[in-house]
Amino acid sequence: MNKKIVIACGAVFVSVAVLAGCVAMVEAPAAKAPTDAEIVSLLKSSFKESPSAKLDRLDQSPLQQACTEASRSGKPLDEKVREKLQAAALASVKFPTDGKYIGDWKKGEAIAQNGRGLQYSDAPGAVAGGNCYACHQIDKKEIAYGNIGPSLTGYGKLRGQSEPIVKYTWTRIWNSHSFNACANMPRFGDAGILTEAQIKDVMALLLDPASPVNN
Amino acid sequence: MKQHKLTAAFLVATALTALSVQPALAQDQDDSLKQIERYREMIADGNPAELVEVRGEALWKQKRGPKNASLEACDLGLGPGKVAGVNAVLPRYFPDVDRVMDLENRIIHCEITLQGFTMAELTKRPHSLSASERQTDHEALTVYVVGQSRGAKVNLPQSHPKEREAFLRGEKMFFFKGGPYDFACATCHGVDGQRIRLQELPNFQKTENAQRAFTTWPAYRVSQGAVRTMQWRLLDCFRQQRMPEMKFLSEASIDLITYMGVKAKDGTMDAPAIKR
Repeated sequence: MNKKIVIACGAVFVSVAVLAGCVAMVEAPAAKAPTDAEIVSLLKSSFKESPSAKLDRLDQSPLQQACTEASRSGKPLDEKVREKLQAAALASVKFPTDGKYIGDWKKGEAIAQNGRGLQYSDAPGAVAGGNCYACHQIDKKEIAYGNIGPSLTGYGKLRGQSEPIVKYTWTRIWNSHSFNACANMPRFGDAGILTEAQIKDVMALLLDPASPVNN
Repeated sequence: MKQHKLTAAFLVATALTALSVQPALAQDQDDSLKQIERYREMIADGNPAELVEVRGEALWKQKRGPKNASLEACDLGLGPGKVAGVNAVLPRYFPDVDRVMDLENRIIHCEITLQGFTMAELTKRPHSLSASERQTDHEALTVYVVGQSRGAKVNLPQSHPKEREAFLRGEKMFFFKGGPYDFACATCHGVDGQRIRLQELPNFQKTENAQRAFTTWPAYRVSQGAVRTMQWRLLDCFRQQRMPEMKFLSEASIDLITYMGVKAKDGTMDAPAIKR
């Protein structure tokens, strides 16, 4: 370790006797703030790859990097950066090729309950759930719901099934960063967590008038 | 451990299970949170981790390894042979290795230097796999040492630059968003009053929450029927974040435990605890 010797002296010119009062202090080097690149490299050496979770999960996208800094510093994103990130997120959204947005709400409920998928211990390509109840209240009969996201109980009853509502909901599930760059909600479509068919089923859970969410 | 307390805990657990499958009004959620709190209080007196602590103490004092030595001369930061209160001042800088170590790294270090075990054999399988399996020696040793810190006030040293740097790195890692879910530790542990399902999430920016979390690990996990260490806790958090698998004893784990420990300053150690 490099140590710096600092000689702290009082009034040196007064007399030789005063020199005896000089104090030799050993000062350790100051702590260095880590750079972003150091953090990524340190994380990569601290994790190991599995067939389903590679180390590239630690390479941040521009959005992840910007939102990390916003959250750490407590400063909101620069307005232009935010708009750019949201526009890129919106451009990532793929709407259903057959034009049908609403699947089976019963399957949607099972997807909302299922928290499996994408963990390092999961088999690669295993069907994942949406784990929606982890963060949202949905069917009010399920009392074990989280509160990180807003309640979705009565979602379709409150909003109806107009085209803008349907497309907005699809977009929100596909890539929630389209409306809020640093939203906590995962990009279920964009990140390949759920398939198009699964998202249709979750859409039905929220919007189908027959779904318990709306009854 | 008292039989009637375990029976009572079992009855509450059964009642909770029944409650979660019955159709119920939203009002019931508050009630179930209160019942979980009562359940925690009831099981707190009969913590199976105490049995693991007893085994850990025997292991600590037993002559083992190629050098046929016990761990009693191990310096965990307060001097050779001192175990009382050490977990309240760890992770810290150790001059003999010129780096910061958490408790679990330091125990392994002592098993290598004092007893002659190899890193490979000690780290092959540090965590027990299931409730039916006996806790590993590493878990037992860790739980024993942590238990000797009960009542000690958390006060991690931060005067050495490497201790400060570990904290600064840990802080950055805490906010690091990545993976397919875009999650950071802070996503779930940076806001007040958040829950995943019914599990309340401590906000590490609040001293009392950080204290409660830091001072109660390792813990006996009722849902897993096993004692889990702080290293395991981090590994499992990253699993749920959908990050790759965190390496046991990794540099990042030491930095994050340092960050949490500094945030928990003046908390009172109360581990091994018992959790859901």
